[in-house]
Amino acid sequence: MNALVIKNGRVIDPANNVDEVRDLFVVDAKIASAPAPGADALDATGKFVTPGLIDMHVHLREPGRSDKETIETGTRCAARGGFSSVVCMPNTTPAADNTGTIAFITQRAAAAGCVHVFPTGAITKELKGEELAPIGSLKKAGVVAITDDGRCVQNNELMRRAVEYAKMFNLPVLDHCQDYNLVADGVMNEGHWSVALGLRGWPAIGEDVIVARNILIAEQMGWHIHCQHVSSARSVELIREAKKRGIKISGEACPHHFTLTDAALKNYDTNCKMNPPVRTDRDRDAILAGLGDGTIEIIASDHAPHCSYEKEVEFDVAPFGIIGLETELALALELVRNRVLSIRSLVEKFTVNPARLLRLKKGTLSVGADADITVIDPEREWTYDVARSASKSRNTPFAGWKLRGCATATIVNGKTAWRED
Amino acid sequence: MTATTWKHKDLLGIQELTAVEITEVLDTATAFKEVGDRAVKKVPSLRGKTMVNLFIEPSTRTRTSFELAAKRLSADVINIATTASSLVKGETLKDTALNLQALNTDIIVIRHSAAGAAHFLSRLLHASVINAGDGAHEHPTQALLDAFTIREKKGRIAGLNVTILGDILYSRVARSNIWLLTKLGAHVTLAGPSTLVPRVFEEFGCRVTHDIDEAICDADVINLLRIQHERQRQTMFPSIGEYTAMFGLNKERFARTKPDAMIMHPGPINRGVEIDSEIADCGRSVILEQVTNGLAVRMAVLFLCAGRRSAMEGAE
Repeated sequence: MNALVIKNGRVIDPANNVDEVRDLFVVDAKIASAPAPGADALDATGKFVTPGLIDMHVHLREPGRSDKETIETGTRCAARGGFSSVVCMPNTTPAADNTGTIAFITQRAAAAGCVHVFPTGAITKELKGEELAPIGSLKKAGVVAITDDGRCVQNNELMRRAVEYAKMFNLPVLDHCQDYNLVADGVMNEGHWSVALGLRGWPAIGEDVIVARNILIAEQMGWHIHCQHVSSARSVELIREAKKRGIKISGEACPHHFTLTDAALKNYDTNCKMNPPVRTDRDRDAILAGLGDGTIEIIASDHAPHCSYEKEVEFDVAPFGIIGLETELALALELVRNRVLSIRSLVEKFTVNPARLLRLKKGTLSVGADADITVIDPEREWTYDVARSASKSRNTPFAGWKLRGCATATIVNGKTAWRED
Repeated sequence: MTATTWKHKDLLGIQELTAVEITEVLDTATAFKEVGDRAVKKVPSLRGKTMVNLFIEPSTRTRTSFELAAKRLSADVINIATTASSLVKGETLKDTALNLQALNTDIIVIRHSAAGAAHFLSRLLHASVINAGDGAHEHPTQALLDAFTIREKKGRIAGLNVTILGDILYSRVARSNIWLLTKLGAHVTLAGPSTLVPRVFEEFGCRVTHDIDEAICDADVINLLRIQHERQRQTMFPSIGEYTAMFGLNKERFARTKPDAMIMHPGPINRGVEIDSEIADCGRSVILEQVTNGLAVRMAVLFLCAGRRSAMEGAE
């Protein structure tokens, strides 16, 4: 029997409307109402104790690109960042458009993963946007959603059918919103800085058009479309207005989009190149407002590892994406310090909200729930030394940043996946 | 030749330079221009130095100009011409550059289709990196030679009305000219189709207009840019014919310019497209003088970045 008492922490459990200093008990991998004799003790005085955090947008790169990341290193990175569950994207090699790949991911996660891994499946075969993937079989194999993340289904009829079909299996559809014609070969936000730097613009309207399409399809089909990594002010407004009308639409925000702007690219740093790109102050402010008023319900990292040699090239040819699992919580806690969000609301965006969207039995400290718990020191000051990252990759714009707040322990099924020394 | 303020190892762009530094390049170029008129067109300033022309995008005029400039300064020159696609498939730009450095190259002149390529190299290398054009970002020696020509012909730059006409969005020449001319106090007007001259350029201190007659009527200098077919998406304007009809500098429009308005073009010119053939050859056109001045300006840049640096290192 394993047993644990997390003592004297501020337990923040929005699912149960709890925010109080008390002890939390774990017995046999479940949250318990009373301690078991001989339980290990973890002192959490001055710390937050929350349901294990969920990051519903990560790229673990396995199978296919284990030089960038593996399920082992990616989940270790997640545990360090305070995440007891991650949702991995299907743009692996081969793509997660078949049950064999899903089985492989599930088996690797069971064997080598130190946090829960929930796979997503592809919307279309090979993410090509041409024919539907076997969505029903993928559901049976265990996917929690479908998405062509990294790509975007351009054919509106196909997207409509995907949503109509996925509804039958209660599978939410996640979409990377990008109109290929409007974006073309854009590499950074279109605006002042793209013009100054002579780089091709990725205009916000290239996202907004697809968000608007998704709203119309979600309304028509009565089924859920979740807009991934929302980066533009207009997209936030569109989602806000659609939610008011009761449409099943939602959005997620990434720390880089609410922390950085396109001015960060002024030295052509390829570690600031991501898709969608970081945009203007106005866009960042709109994302903050959307997080604040609940329009954007979920925070996720879009953890996207790439090898250093792949990023050490001309800006135009560098791959899009940055790692984010280890810096995500600190950057999000900044929102609480800046009074964008309450701590309860922040915890919701990392726990109950993604759990509800993806129908995961996670994100709660209810008695009997899986003992996934994150202990957070909200005031700890630290510097991000990416050379010591648990990730295989080093592509982050936050290297050397002085950050505040971090996970000090990540408990998965009652066992310590990571805790600071 | 006593340069006093230049401290840069590289010339990456005009944006990083101060007005004083720009003026120093122009003054140094004035001294070097005279070398071209001598019977023996050579000075020993860069003797023993090695310069590589690393051109990862086609160019004849700029490469030749840099090569001649280096030779007139007595440097040894190697030309490497390739295409970005062959680099992407094989060796990276970083490895190419490190290999060149391992050969003790002193100066690398880079032309590349990707914006920021020169900045990327300068972070990797001890050698001087000279930007000979990076994507749509900067072409600093072109702006310097344009300024040199304006100053030589007009006696000043501050207060002049300079109109840059054409494909501004994809033009590195336009950007470098905008930075330089605004730093030196000229009034810059940008003109061309709205798809190629977006309003966002007003944020850089320029006037933007889509009316060519308004753009050129008060201009002291008209700098025409080539339509950059190779950098353009197909959707930016209907056709070359419509461009010429709407924005080409034809005789009728030319007749309405100020009588001393000077015509410039960075080349290569497309006769009959952005400029009427006769206007290109007329007495107010300084297109070929720009080429001559380019050599002097590039000698000055190479001297300031590499020659003076070695003089300073020798003194230590």
